[in-house]
Amino acid sequence: MSITAMTSKEVTLKIFNREKLFILDVRNEGDFQDWKIEGENFTHLNVPYFDLLDGVEGILDQIPGDEEILVVCAKEGSSIFVAEMLSEKGLNVSYLQGGMKTWSEHLEPVKVGDLQDGGEIYQFVRIGKGCLSYMAISNGEAAIIDSTRMTEVYTDFAKKMGATIKHVFDTHLHADHISGGRTIAEQTGATYWLPPKDAEEVTFSYSRLEEGNDVWIGHTKIAIQPVYSPGHTIGSTSFVIDDRYLLTGDILFIDSIGRPDLAGKAEDWVVDLRETLYKRYQELSDELIVLPAHFMIVEELNENGSVSEKLGALYARNHGLNIENEADFRKAVTENLPPQPNAYEEIRETNMGKINPDIEKQREMEIGPNRCAVR
Amino acid sequence: MDVTKVLDAKGLACPMPIVKTKKAINELESGQILEIHATDKGAKADLAAWAKSTGNELIQSTEEDGVLKFWLKKA
Repeated sequence: MSITAMTSKEVTLKIFNREKLFILDVRNEGDFQDWKIEGENFTHLNVPYFDLLDGVEGILDQIPGDEEILVVCAKEGSSIFVAEMLSEKGLNVSYLQGGMKTWSEHLEPVKVGDLQDGGEIYQFVRIGKGCLSYMAISNGEAAIIDSTRMTEVYTDFAKKMGATIKHVFDTHLHADHISGGRTIAEQTGATYWLPPKDAEEVTFSYSRLEEGNDVWIGHTKIAIQPVYSPGHTIGSTSFVIDDRYLLTGDILFIDSIGRPDLAGKAEDWVVDLRETLYKRYQELSDELIVLPAHFMIVEELNENGSVSEKLGALYARNHGLNIENEADFRKAVTENLPPQPNAYEEIRETNMGKINPDIEKQREMEIGPNRCAVR
Repeated sequence: MDVTKVLDAKGLACPMPIVKTKKAINELESGQILEIHATDKGAKADLAAWAKSTGNELIQSTEEDGVLKFWLKKA
């Protein structure tokens, strides 16, 4: 039997299609517990490769004979090593090409809807980390929101769609991933917008993203209206695009809400967070389609792999929007928080332009899940 | 520290640093110390976990100029 490489894209489509997959993850137990590939119908077995150096006989009875098998490791080498041993035992197995390192970087563009003038809005699902970024296209012009550092994916996509990138936004200063916004703006001549309250320490120039300053793409047809919505960070800003889509950044997710503690100011920002979720967003139309900057669990994915829901539905179902008592809310968002994202302080400094780590270092800093929410 | 053997695993990618470590430690007597040099960052957590699962003792580890060094005492 021979072994085959499975790409991150193929695994992503299996998640979207709710297919079955048996994953033999050969990373060490700590790394596996921290972060793994999850799909609704995926099953896992974690046995570190270093426990299999003498052979795979010991685990053969734990591997199903009638399912597709994928061996996964950090960078690919150890998964090939283990996959080859399994193949010698007569099993048909694949390994994850590029390992978790590549998995972390994979972006899958999914169309989330049409704009009134014939334009479109796309969501870029960073399936491995749960990060979501966006591109709105209208009459040959594009705007990008919360882009990751894999900037070519966006610039290539815009090219394919025949669109010129005019505006690049970050809803806030990110702590879980390195923004590609500044790079895209530099490469394309687009305007890079940041909320000034999050940008006090940045080392580069930017345009001030403030409520009331609508930005237009496609010959003044599509309005991108910033809505100041502090709470995850002091500057956090949401957008209403085309009177229809509400991009909530890291303030409101499908099944959770933003955490206020990643800049060390949980106590100060919890009031802002409550104000945004329980007053500012309440005043918006229930019909707006919420497009967040993250998802936490695969159950949040829609049929086509996109992540979105009407604001009204979230007010009915999202636990974080239904905590009546202010003290209970404070408790929920400041106590028992999940661990902070890997290297979040260095990521913030990188996004401020204070440090410039090389690509390998950037990859390492971003390893793991995003952890920007409280459920 | 009385090092019996030094293993140079620099430039090798996972799983080779541990494959070589295992081979080298097999050739030592109980109580002897193996010093390992590696550049694959993954070796850090993996070697510690491997040592734990095999009972060999990771006495010390350092990182300098991108080179990871480990000292393992054979069980």
